Amino acid sequence: MLTADDKKLIQQVCEKSSGHMEEFGAEALERMFITFPQTKTYFPHFDLHHGSDQIRGHGKKVATALANAAKNLDNLSQALSELSNLHAYNLRVDPPCFALQLLSQCFQVVLAVHLGKDYTPEVHSAFDKFLSAVASVLAEKYR
Amino acid sequence: RLLIVYPWTQRFFDNFGNLSSPTAIIGNPKVRAHGKKVLTSFGEAVKNLDNLKATYSKLSELHCEKLHVDPENFRLLGDILIIVLAAHFTKDFTPACQAAWQKLVGVVAHALAYKYH
Repeated sequence: MLTADDKKLIQQVCEKSSGHMEEFGAEALERMFITFPQTKTYFPHFDLHHGSDQIRGHGKKVATALANAAKNLDNLSQALSELSNLHAYNLRVDPPCFALQLLSQCFQVVLAVHLGKDYTPEVHSAFDKFLSAVASVLAEKYR
Repeated sequence: RLLIVYPWTQRFFDNFGNLSSPTAIIGNPKVRAHGKKVLTSFGEAVKNLDNLKATYSKLSELHCEKLHVDPENFRLLGDILIIVLAAHFTKDFTPACQAAWQKLVGVVAHALAYKYH
């Protein structure tokens, strides 16, 4: 459960990163495709080369959605409702939550790389919980 | 970080004393000492990449028979280690680097779980 302190830390990180949305999102996706090649199976229609427009565009989408979630921490279910439908019924990222965990790991690595020691244990913990909560909501409607 | 981010892992360290807050955990000398032990063991893995199952055979038995650690926790620790490396090496921790290390923590976790019964 996200504590008040967690929420503050999450929002601080998102504010700090607000100028780098596209970059962070794209890097997280790229790391995910390289580190966990099985995730490429969800993007057979994408050009997955380094720096591709599609990865950049999609990275920006993902990061923007996360930033929006961070502004609605008290109501994640509602804020992510559309995306939840999308992931459950159209995209069917499978098994529920598993691939999303891999993206979560990669997103955290990106933050650690860019924030260095500012990615403190407390920030790390808050963000891990946040990404976990987001993945849970996205998987809510799977069955 | 494992003890902070995944607090249920504290159950394996009852005799470590004060783990009541992130500050307490970070300052705890038993945590530091154990971290050193674990990373040293990782160092052994890196020197014996062609023979991990044998390298970890005794440790695997220990974690199963005496410590009773669910192998899922090895995966959690592996992911945490990656994040620590990323924060430390920042842009030198390239995607290729991350990919190699995620594979390494995966095979180490597998070797540690191998003797479970």
